[in-house]
Amino acid sequence: MNDDEPLIRWQWIADHTAELADYTGIHLRLGLLPVLFGLIISVPLGILCHRWRWLYPPVLTVSNIMYSVPSLALFMIFVRYTGLTEQTVMIPLTLYTLSVLVPNVVDGLASVPEPVRLAATAMGFGAVRRVIQVELPIAVPVVIAGVRVAAVSSISLVAVGQLIGQGGLGYYITRGLQLDFPTPILTAIVLIMLLALATDALLVLAQRLLTPWSRNKVTSA
Amino acid sequence: MNDFLNQMELVGDWLTSSAQWQGDEGIPQRLLEHLTYSGLSLLFAAVIGLAFGLLVGHTGRGAFAVASVANLARAIPTFGLVVLVVTLAGLSTAPVLVALVALAVPPILINTFEGVRGVDPAARDAARGVGMTEWEILTRVEVPMALPLILLGLRVAAIQVVATATVAAYPGLGGLGRYIVDGLSRNDYELVIGGSAVVVALALIVQVLFTGLRRVVVSPGLRAPASSKS
Amino acid sequence: MIRFDAVSKNYPNGTTAVDELSLELAEGGITVLVGPSGCGKTTTLRMINRMVEPTAGTVSLRGRDIREVNAPELRRGIGYVIQHAGLFPHRTVLDNIATVPMLLGWNKKKARTRAAELLELVGLPAEMAKRYPNQLSGGQQQRVGVARALCADPPVLLMDEPFSAVDPIVRAELQAEFIRLQKELHKTIVFVTHDIDEAIKLGDNIAVFRTGGKLAQFDTPERLLAHPADDFVADFVGQDRGIRRLSFVNAAELPLRDGPVLPATAPVAQARAADEPWVLVVDEGRRPLGWASVAELADGGTLADASLTPLGHTFSLVGDSARAALDSALLSPARLAVGVDAEGAVVGVADACELSAGTTAVQAAAGEQASTEAESASSESRATVGKTSADTPGGGDR
Repeated sequence: MNDDEPLIRWQWIADHTAELADYTGIHLRLGLLPVLFGLIISVPLGILCHRWRWLYPPVLTVSNIMYSVPSLALFMIFVRYTGLTEQTVMIPLTLYTLSVLVPNVVDGLASVPEPVRLAATAMGFGAVRRVIQVELPIAVPVVIAGVRVAAVSSISLVAVGQLIGQGGLGYYITRGLQLDFPTPILTAIVLIMLLALATDALLVLAQRLLTPWSRNKVTSA
Repeated sequence: MNDFLNQMELVGDWLTSSAQWQGDEGIPQRLLEHLTYSGLSLLFAAVIGLAFGLLVGHTGRGAFAVASVANLARAIPTFGLVVLVVTLAGLSTAPVLVALVALAVPPILINTFEGVRGVDPAARDAARGVGMTEWEILTRVEVPMALPLILLGLRVAAIQVVATATVAAYPGLGGLGRYIVDGLSRNDYELVIGGSAVVVALALIVQVLFTGLRRVVVSPGLRAPASSKS
Repeated sequence: MIRFDAVSKNYPNGTTAVDELSLELAEGGITVLVGPSGCGKTTTLRMINRMVEPTAGTVSLRGRDIREVNAPELRRGIGYVIQHAGLFPHRTVLDNIATVPMLLGWNKKKARTRAAELLELVGLPAEMAKRYPNQLSGGQQQRVGVARALCADPPVLLMDEPFSAVDPIVRAELQAEFIRLQKELHKTIVFVTHDIDEAIKLGDNIAVFRTGGKLAQFDTPERLLAHPADDFVADFVGQDRGIRRLSFVNAAELPLRDGPVLPATAPVAQARAADEPWVLVVDEGRRPLGWASVAELADGGTLADASLTPLGHTFSLVGDSARAALDSALLSPARLAVGVDAEGAVVGVADACELSAGTTAVQAAAGEQASTEAESASSESRATVGKTSADTPGGGDR
């Protein structure tokens, strides 16, 4: 890098606002859709694991192994099947979220106090209704704690997808390196962090709205 | 499915070819680089994460700050940070370490903090009541009781670091990520998959090591499963 | 021994946990601090080992202001037992018990040998030594907690609701065991509970606290029941304090009469001659067999042929209190309590009215004695008042 080059050139940002906004939108989509898909898979999977405990260790092992595969490698593997498309980024990210979400769904269900479960059964809730109307709502704080972790790491991982041409704001990271120009890199990092933190804040808010009864309780993952 | 088996075969060929096991480009050299990045950054992260986690967990002061810092650190895109530091400081090990430490601190910090804070208040009260000093309470009661969670934090951090150290290759650094990035630019699939396989194997070894460590250092009296995760 | 001098504890949010408490606890006895929740009893206890620092006043132990002693050092010399035992889950039972000796720098072997002795003392089998706390029942954990507190042989023991978290049967066992232990060890014990029955059962002296951290009364259990200082204390000790007071009257002091007692070999005619609705049938050793209803006896033969109504229960003149005697009278079909001696032989009988009159006489005599003693004795001697029942050691022990 040229020594005269400032860490950030505000003019560059001013010149690229529209483009930055576009990439921010793409980044959000690439980062958050996997969390949504992950949740759609994890909730039923977690319920099954909670119900049949023998299912949990193998599910956990598989998702842990999946988690240890480098994102770069996982993207590459999927390029073969889905090409250089957005799916190639979103499928691995979805798989990553499972290793956080499934344990949290299971823990959340396990956090339902036994007397509550028994009382619900005694009042005549069937197994399915009890899970949906009693146990899942009580599990919400723990599940959302997992969603927060999954969403934040998913948003920051999207950038790596740029190596196969689908990285949202990651575009500015590789671009900056090629041009030896730190402004776009720094801008991308800051925007990605802001997206992650804003998402996190929204999720905290969502939890408060969803579980008014636990407002004074701190839950964390 | 056939395609998957083909891939496996390619990986097998690549891994067993003798060329991969010699010289600067060989697996041992790349593995050493990878382990250096991962090991050093995990060490730094453990020092930072354990120190602050134990301090805040024991005193109960600064819990909010710890949660905020961990959250903020988790939001940093590691890939972007590596590239930024390389752009600013040139190609060296430092950029990788900075980025990987930032990645590894949150799980260690949060789990250590939660582990210590989660110690049964009755045990802590008893420890103080029988005349332990604050240091004795921390080292003889809180740390041993928090150990399952502390190890969980270290394990999650170690696996993330090992898997993520691959991005160091993109701006031109070494490590096992070299195979993946080079394979990508040369359209050499065998290289990409082979390199990934070594990383996955390394991560699994880390997992096994931590499982073993847990057996050895965690008291059999603490059989409750650790559930917090980061 | 332990002295509170105008001690207060106020919190920054304006609540007062303990208000101007002055109290002196005698050496070698059990002082129970009792009161409703939020009355400051636990705070008072925790000020003795500096787990809570008073905002005003001084606490002294054996004449020394406890603030002069470094807190951990002070605590190592004071046993501490809490509600949920607070055992260290990562240490074996033996190592839990050996905690304080290890802190004091004993070598490991000596500490563990001592811990093994304590394990036995609290009535746990030696094979429990290697277990972990989560493998024990609540009652067993609490015993280990007591053993841990006693291991370095501290002269003072602080117990904060130690038996509250276990079920009533286990609690009664632990209380009995505790009384036995104290007879052996003669520790100075400060015991917090919210349960007035437990306080009366265990305490040599009881301090009743009211909400707001005020001491309402400090007295022996008997005087507390007989002369509650005010309505609050009267209310707190309960509606049936009259009955409870009977626990402090030794059954041996009650007047008994011979009554209609006949051997099983006696002819039925003799029973009729007694002119009582019921006769008590005994064997050759005068051990009671049961009551015979005279009206239902068939003519001729002996009492051995009669169908007997069960006794309910007898009371022993050795160890039982007037409370057991009264209960025996109420449960008896003849409305007569049967008193037996150490061999189980009938000494005599009495009905509820006779027992009540006798009890009142004994209590009046004891009250006179107590007030004379209180006048002549030093401030600490109040611990010796009352406790007339035969199973407690005499005043000299306390």
